[in-house]
Amino acid sequence: MAANPMYQFNVYRIGPEIKINNIDISFTNASLFMVISSLAILIIFNLGTKRSIIPNKIQLLAELSYSFISKMISDTAGSKAKPYFSFIFSLFMFVLFCNMFGMIPYSFTVTSHIIVTFVLAAFIFIGVTIIGFIKHGLGYLKLFVPSGVPMVLLPLIVVIEIISYLSRPISLSVRLFANMMAGHTMMKVFGGFVVSLGIVGGWLPLGFSVALTGLEILVAFLQAYVFAILTCIYLNDALNLHH
Amino acid sequence: MLKKIIFQFLALSLIFTYSAQSAESGGMPQLNPEFWISQIFWLVLTFGLLFIILSKFILPKISNNLETRKSQILENIETADKQREETEKKVKKFEKIINDTKVEAKNFFNSERQKVLDDINNKRVSLEKDIEKEIIKAEEEIDQLKKTSQEKITKIAIETSSDLVKQLIGEDINKSSLSAIVEDLSKKEMEKYNGI
Repeated sequence: MAANPMYQFNVYRIGPEIKINNIDISFTNASLFMVISSLAILIIFNLGTKRSIIPNKIQLLAELSYSFISKMISDTAGSKAKPYFSFIFSLFMFVLFCNMFGMIPYSFTVTSHIIVTFVLAAFIFIGVTIIGFIKHGLGYLKLFVPSGVPMVLLPLIVVIEIISYLSRPISLSVRLFANMMAGHTMMKVFGGFVVSLGIVGGWLPLGFSVALTGLEILVAFLQAYVFAILTCIYLNDALNLHH
Repeated sequence: MLKKIIFQFLALSLIFTYSAQSAESGGMPQLNPEFWISQIFWLVLTFGLLFIILSKFILPKISNNLETRKSQILENIETADKQREETEKKVKKFEKIINDTKVEAKNFFNSERQKVLDDINNKRVSLEKDIEKEIIKAEEEIDQLKKTSQEKITKIAIETSSDLVKQLIGEDINKSSLSAIVEDLSKKEMEKYNGI
């Protein structure tokens, strides 16, 4: 059973079954890693709030990530996106820590589940749409009508724009989910090769596995970054209607 | 970019093969809706709490820290600038004092030297005057000596010649004619001696 590369994505109940109105909200291993990630973020960043002029390492880490994300937001969405800083910061940190905790062997990757990434992406999509309509009213619909397009092509372009807009939550969630799942599956597969090829032939897949671990750590960071920056770009569309 | 595409293609093909393989033993656990509600519930709970705590308590502190650091650094730079200006002023003052003292010392030295030179000059001038006086005196003496000696010599010459003539001829000769002859002769002789 453990040799199955998909087994690592299994969700199982930890502790008793909790049911409210016949809906199962039991504490699972996924919940455990969500809690662990959130606590880790809170502990690290709480340690980073010390008031000292010359920061220690943890404070430096916290302040660097603060300015990193603040710069990312102001670069992509401009100064109007300042009120959404804490949300994007929490989002980036949550995804990053879930990805990174998933890199620990025998742990569980929360973001490798489509439902988790989809809920995050859907929330962002709905939120951005609401912000867009609040800021621009019905003028937000101009987003689907790019300027400088010939009248003949306009119906086609509008349809394409609407489809691309509606597919945003899907592309956003599937990108993160597929990247995490693919990486972890590949590592598991190469790990299985190491065992099945034994001491003679197992060295090559072992090397691959080591290299893949490095790559996966990079991907874990990159996907969190991509998730956050795409959120910023969507927010930019809603705040500054350029089309 | 190409690398990423290749990697994603590889990953996707792997997913498909393995999800097909594991379809027999339950397929992708991600598509099993058994725990979806639980995952959504816990995600909303943890992420919501994380967002609230971060935005209410932790992030304001960090931004505050960054702001205070920025302002403190600016303040420090300002005070450093002020202190630098002050030091520059003080250095200028110091240099001025040094220059002044140098000038003063030079002036003092010059005036002292001038004094000494004047003194030397005065002494020399007075000494030269003395010497000149002495020289004039000596010259006068010499002149007098010359004159008196000549007169004496002529006198002696006249007397001796008159005596000689007296003894030779035995009679007195007019003294005035004799003296004229002697003077004439002695003048010739003097010219010979003095080279005049």
